[in-house]
Amino acid sequence: MSNKILVALDGSDGSKRALSAAVAHAKLTSSALVLAYVIDWSPYSFHTPQELEERHQRRESEIQRANDSILTPEIAALKADGLNVETVVHHGKIAETLLELGEQYGVTQIYIGRRGESRIHAMIFGSVSAALVQTSVVPVTVVP
Amino acid sequence: MKRIFYMFAVLVSSISSAQAGIDDAINTATAPIATLIGQIVFFKIPVFGVQLPVVVLWLVVGAVFFTFYMGFINLRGFKHAIELVRGDYADPDSHGEVSHFQALATAVSGTVGIGNIGGVAVAVTVGGPGATFWLIVAGFLGMSTKFVECTLGVKYRKEFEDGHVSGGPMYYLRQGFSERGMEGFGKFMGTFYAIGIFIGALGIGNMFQSNQAYVQLNNVSGGALDGLGWLVGLVLAGVVFSVIIGGIKSIARVTEKIVPFMAVFYCLFAIIVILMNAGTIPQAIANIFTGAFTGEGVAGGALGAMIIGFQRAVFSNEAGIGSASIAHSAVKTDEPVTEGIVSLLEPFIDTIVICTITALVIGTAQVAAPDFAGDAQGVAMTSAAFEREFSWFPIPLAFAALLFAFSTMISWSYYGLKGWTYLFGEGERGQTIYKLIFCAFVALGCVVQLGPILDISDALVFLICVPNILGLYFLAPIVKREMDSYFARIQSGEIKKFK
Repeated sequence: MSNKILVALDGSDGSKRALSAAVAHAKLTSSALVLAYVIDWSPYSFHTPQELEERHQRRESEIQRANDSILTPEIAALKADGLNVETVVHHGKIAETLLELGEQYGVTQIYIGRRGESRIHAMIFGSVSAALVQTSVVPVTVVP
Repeated sequence: MKRIFYMFAVLVSSISSAQAGIDDAINTATAPIATLIGQIVFFKIPVFGVQLPVVVLWLVVGAVFFTFYMGFINLRGFKHAIELVRGDYADPDSHGEVSHFQALATAVSGTVGIGNIGGVAVAVTVGGPGATFWLIVAGFLGMSTKFVECTLGVKYRKEFEDGHVSGGPMYYLRQGFSERGMEGFGKFMGTFYAIGIFIGALGIGNMFQSNQAYVQLNNVSGGALDGLGWLVGLVLAGVVFSVIIGGIKSIARVTEKIVPFMAVFYCLFAIIVILMNAGTIPQAIANIFTGAFTGEGVAGGALGAMIIGFQRAVFSNEAGIGSASIAHSAVKTDEPVTEGIVSLLEPFIDTIVICTITALVIGTAQVAAPDFAGDAQGVAMTSAAFEREFSWFPIPLAFAALLFAFSTMISWSYYGLKGWTYLFGEGERGQTIYKLIFCAFVALGCVVQLGPILDISDALVFLICVPNILGLYFLAPIVKREMDSYFARIQSGEIKKFK
């Protein structure tokens, strides 16, 4: 059975370190990679009618931007290394969505960068990596 | 034309006079216009000695018809509406698109306005406690009308190449009729509606809101703002301007986030006030029921109470007016019926829940102290009822009223704009002209008195329900077909829950 590793990317330095750790892991175990970018989004938020009208357009451009500036630039180098890479952009609550994507792609391991939020920030908004560690059904590696 | 010149003349000459003079002058200038429009739209026919406005009859007959024709969708669809809003049927592939919840929340914050606080007080003052009963009945029936118009709004919306969508009655009237071989008539109806909504937006969604916000502000400041309506108006207009023209989205976003909490806060305190008067609840409820059927002390008796109740209900939940249909049509869904079903909840939340709570606050206060409000009307009356229990409440209430008014104005500026772009195209310059006119009316609303404002607002809004409901009758069979097919597919399991 082939292994698959999901890497959560958000353009931050932490997520770049997570990616390089995941790449090393993938090469050792000849695993495939899934690069995921989650756009924070709640279906229960409030909007003006104008925003509703523009929502579809904006969604397209958000996905486009994530692909162009975060995911696509990584692919070429990884493919050159002979790795099998897939990418996905998804809207939703970050930790929850990463888990759903993990399930959908049948991954065996998740890599995520630590954002280094302050304790107060984590207390109020919750920490994505902590939530992931608590609820994941596959091993999670949090890269500092 | 003469009147407009007269208005300008009065405006110009009064600028040089005292500040308070401006308010008075505008009042004198607008009053006859209001009366005239009111007389035309509220053409009344005498029924058993009561004056029945034809337009109210038109709306009620429509709502009753749709309730029966759709097989009591307002009851049948209720549970499914909640499942849809919860996202049970949300397709995971549509992540990041407008959800049912968001469309509902936006439409509700457009309808939950000053009408829920002040309009109910007006209904109770004029129609007695019995008007509340008819208000609730109208809310219940209005759920069916809303279902039909919102389903059509999504079904016949127009998607532009860049991905943005425009929908609403003007689009379904035009296309629906032309599909039935009445192209010319469809065009006429669409245009009629579009003119109606963009002028109507200046009343119900604008002047009435800013007027009542000013009244409440003046009320809590102990009359310090007397004669300064023009100043409050200018400030309000300035904020609206910064959002709809200046594109300062943060203001709109903050408002949209606070409004739902204010609504909950308002209901919570209303329930506390009602409970503090617990002893008077049975009497207050009894008054509502006896008033509904006897109409004691009301001009026109029971029928008078009924007419007032219906009139205020429509003014508050906008069923039959077609405005919500514009907000709902932004949702990306393959099933227009789902938007219709979700929209059922709007008259429920707006009229059956919030308006009833307000009515009970006033009702219990009336039982405990019949003259609690003195001469106060509208929002001021509701405020007085709260003040009996919490002396500080008028201040947060003024704040809530201001926010409700503001969010309703933002929503309606959009509805009006959609009417405008339907007529004049999507050009940027045209849109800015409309938005400027809208801001001017925000300021004007604070200057004129409640009576004429209500007359103009009511009249304009009721005028646009004429083409809308006529269209709904014609297009109802299409909605029914879609609805039956949708429910059949739910039954057969073809449409699945994702959660």
